[in-house]
Amino acid sequence: MASIFKQRNVIAILILFAIVFPFITNNNYLIHIMTLAFIWMIAVYGLNLLAGYTGYLSLAHAGFFAIGAYSLSLLTTKAELNYWLAFVLALIITSILGLLVGLISLRTKEHFFAIYTMCVGYIIYLIIDKWDSLTGGIRGLIGIPGPGNIGPITFTTPVSNYYLVLSFLLLSILVMYRIVHSLTGRTFIAIRNSEDLAQTIGINTMTNKLLVFVISTFFAGLAGALYASFIRFIGPDIGYITITFDILTYLIVGGIGTLSGPVIGTILIVWVSQQLQFLQDYRMMIFGPILTLLVIFYPRGISGGFIEWKMKRQAKKHQKQNKNQNQQMISTQESSAASNKNG
Amino acid sequence: MDVLIQQLFNGLTLGSVYSLVALGLTLVYGILHIPNFAHGALYMVGGYITLTMMTQAGLNYWIAIVVSCVVVGGLAVLMERLVFHPLRHAPAIHDKIAAIGIMLFLEALVQFVWGADYQTMTSPYGQVVNFAGVTLTMQRLLIIVATVVVMALLYFFLKKTFTGATIIAMSQNREGANLVGINTNRVAMLTFLISGALAAIAVSLAAPINLVFPGMGHLVLTKAFVIIILGGMGSIPGAIMGGYILGFTESLGATYISNDYKDLIAFVLLVLILTIKPNGLFPAKGGH
Amino acid sequence: MFLETKNLTKRFGGNTAVNNVDFAIEQGKINAIIGPNGAGKSTFFNLISGFHPPTSGQVIFKGKDITKLPSNKIAELGVARTFQTTNLFDQATVLDNVIVGHRLRTKSNLFDAILRTKRLKQEEKQCKDKAIEVLEFVGLTDVAYKLAGSLSQEEKKRVAFALGLATDPEIIFLDEPAAGVNPDETEGLALLMQKMVKSGVTVCLIEHKMSMIMKLADKIMVLNYGEKIAEGTPEQIKNNDAVIKAYLGGSASA
Repeated sequence: MASIFKQRNVIAILILFAIVFPFITNNNYLIHIMTLAFIWMIAVYGLNLLAGYTGYLSLAHAGFFAIGAYSLSLLTTKAELNYWLAFVLALIITSILGLLVGLISLRTKEHFFAIYTMCVGYIIYLIIDKWDSLTGGIRGLIGIPGPGNIGPITFTTPVSNYYLVLSFLLLSILVMYRIVHSLTGRTFIAIRNSEDLAQTIGINTMTNKLLVFVISTFFAGLAGALYASFIRFIGPDIGYITITFDILTYLIVGGIGTLSGPVIGTILIVWVSQQLQFLQDYRMMIFGPILTLLVIFYPRGISGGFIEWKMKRQAKKHQKQNKNQNQQMISTQESSAASNKNG
Repeated sequence: MDVLIQQLFNGLTLGSVYSLVALGLTLVYGILHIPNFAHGALYMVGGYITLTMMTQAGLNYWIAIVVSCVVVGGLAVLMERLVFHPLRHAPAIHDKIAAIGIMLFLEALVQFVWGADYQTMTSPYGQVVNFAGVTLTMQRLLIIVATVVVMALLYFFLKKTFTGATIIAMSQNREGANLVGINTNRVAMLTFLISGALAAIAVSLAAPINLVFPGMGHLVLTKAFVIIILGGMGSIPGAIMGGYILGFTESLGATYISNDYKDLIAFVLLVLILTIKPNGLFPAKGGH
Repeated sequence: MFLETKNLTKRFGGNTAVNNVDFAIEQGKINAIIGPNGAGKSTFFNLISGFHPPTSGQVIFKGKDITKLPSNKIAELGVARTFQTTNLFDQATVLDNVIVGHRLRTKSNLFDAILRTKRLKQEEKQCKDKAIEVLEFVGLTDVAYKLAGSLSQEEKKRVAFALGLATDPEIIFLDEPAAGVNPDETEGLALLMQKMVKSGVTVCLIEHKMSMIMKLADKIMVLNYGEKIAEGTPEQIKNNDAVIKAYLGGSASA
């Protein structure tokens, strides 16, 4: 049981740190960077559930991020809807488009799926880029309003924006945690493991894959909508494939198919990029090879490597215990084994 | 009518380049069953090497192309050895991510060395000629002719030489090839070499009528994927036919539908194909 | 009739993998399908479990035509199967691998997961209890918390059985359950199959190990080039001329 408390403590400390962070730094630039990192994390979690837990690498993720961003921007600036109404609608629009794309793209597998979604990503990008009358084309959209008031709470300062985004992030992580540690999550993992096997144990793989795809696009859309109202102007490049690659890099470095991976990878890369400001556009000279090396030597990233090490140790311990104790032990061990499952 | 003929010529030019890129991609897929997402980056690097050889080293266009083939071919072999070979038993998602990593690295590297600006490559064949009632530059004519020559050489190599035959044998049956004593490692390296050289030739031919920039490989790669899915993953005639079909479709589409949306044609085409046939037009033979 | 196939045929392009096979599986017995390599045994399994649609013919389970059902629906009806090699998730425990086997008997959905409803908690317990139960049944209680990746070949076979049993099947199809394990372990797996039948699960298996089949099976069907050439008790099969000819003349590896 001790390990649970330890894990809980670590999480509590991290959350606490995130909450007091603005007071520690008092530096608006750092707060800005952290807020942006939180937004990316939400998008990374979306891709993680699909690519990491279900085994389907979608290269259209930035496309859905852009759809969320553009939906919110257009609904607030052109249709002049109430901010939060537009926000909800943006998420619904992204999810519905995700459903439609998923319905067709999920009939393909492996590299066909990756290529298919890459093409979908390009289509979304090109439509945004060329549909001048609606999206403003290459000039993009400006004057996007910041988050609207919720009752007496306003979001006009960087710090208030920081807390808003942090709340969405924590909520996203909670939802992800619960999905992954539920029968639904186990179903997704079974599909990643072997689709044929999943099907023979009675899992409707298409329905489940579609569900993951929609959830994944929902989180991409959520991140996009937050991004648009945080940065206040957007251009077609947020839907370009390089953004998908950025998100993928955060995920792989942190640990694909783990719950802490998106946070670790994003923070690490955003932070290192800040330190390596002089590199700016050339940062991929470092992260590109890291991506490749990780996949070859540490396919589950930082977090996955740690969990694997911990699980092996845990398994050995249980092995020893099981040798001299009988089956009744199992029920007490379950909880700790479950909590070790995916970090 | 003149417009139509002009566009058919343009389509032929475009299709030639697409075919060469798709050929390299399909050869690699045939041998190793991996979609090489870094192939577009090889194309892009080839463009810069040729350009630099001409402008900095003052080499002749043709010699610059040869240098570019060697460099990019070598880079492709290195990629096979260092990345795809170690990953040959890994889950399918891994080689894609690894290839994307290489691609990101090469793009950043090129941008670091040559900058992000668009550059032009001037070929010695800029003259304008009138041919069968249409106006075209010598360069376009050169693209069309050179592509046919390269394809003929490749055909000769694959069909008439022993080494070429091993590539074909391995793409048809990897285990079988292993059994009859073919050195599969050597064949894989050779295939990557050819694939890289083809990309270098394609970009060197195409760059004078386009521009050279770090992101130039993206669209080409995606379209090459469309082509090999259209023509059957791993199929050589399929890549050639698919390349020309896409070239014609795009140039006609640009004229008669919309110039703005011409790049969409390939993707919409692919989405349509995979929607109707999720395993591609010519799925690998299944059954147990 | 419990489960039967009628004129079941499958063609891949020009090849006929399974040709016009009529076969009735007897409830509460160990049924076996044997035949030389490439006789169409695995394809026959794939047709019954809904992996490939047959070109023609029918599969009838307890009077219901299941020919056109997808494999997950067939599993729901109580037909389980294993593969020659089972892809377990190596980085998770054996128990975690088996829990999902009972998923098809549960109803909780995404909202149950996000809201952590009572139904979810109850069903999670139900799945875990089931997994523990079947692991005990196959004799793997000891390794329940080991990583699946660390198991021996024989233990992996048992996990595959457990996963099949976790679906609460009435019949289980086992594709070469004893391939790649040593003779002693084969004996253990044979006992396990008998135990399954005793507990009320009908067994149908494909196997190459003749000695094992002849001792174990109650009923045998012999396939050769996709066609049924014989059917009967081990005694009848041993003395069947067509079978002897097929094994001596063909690519017999058994």
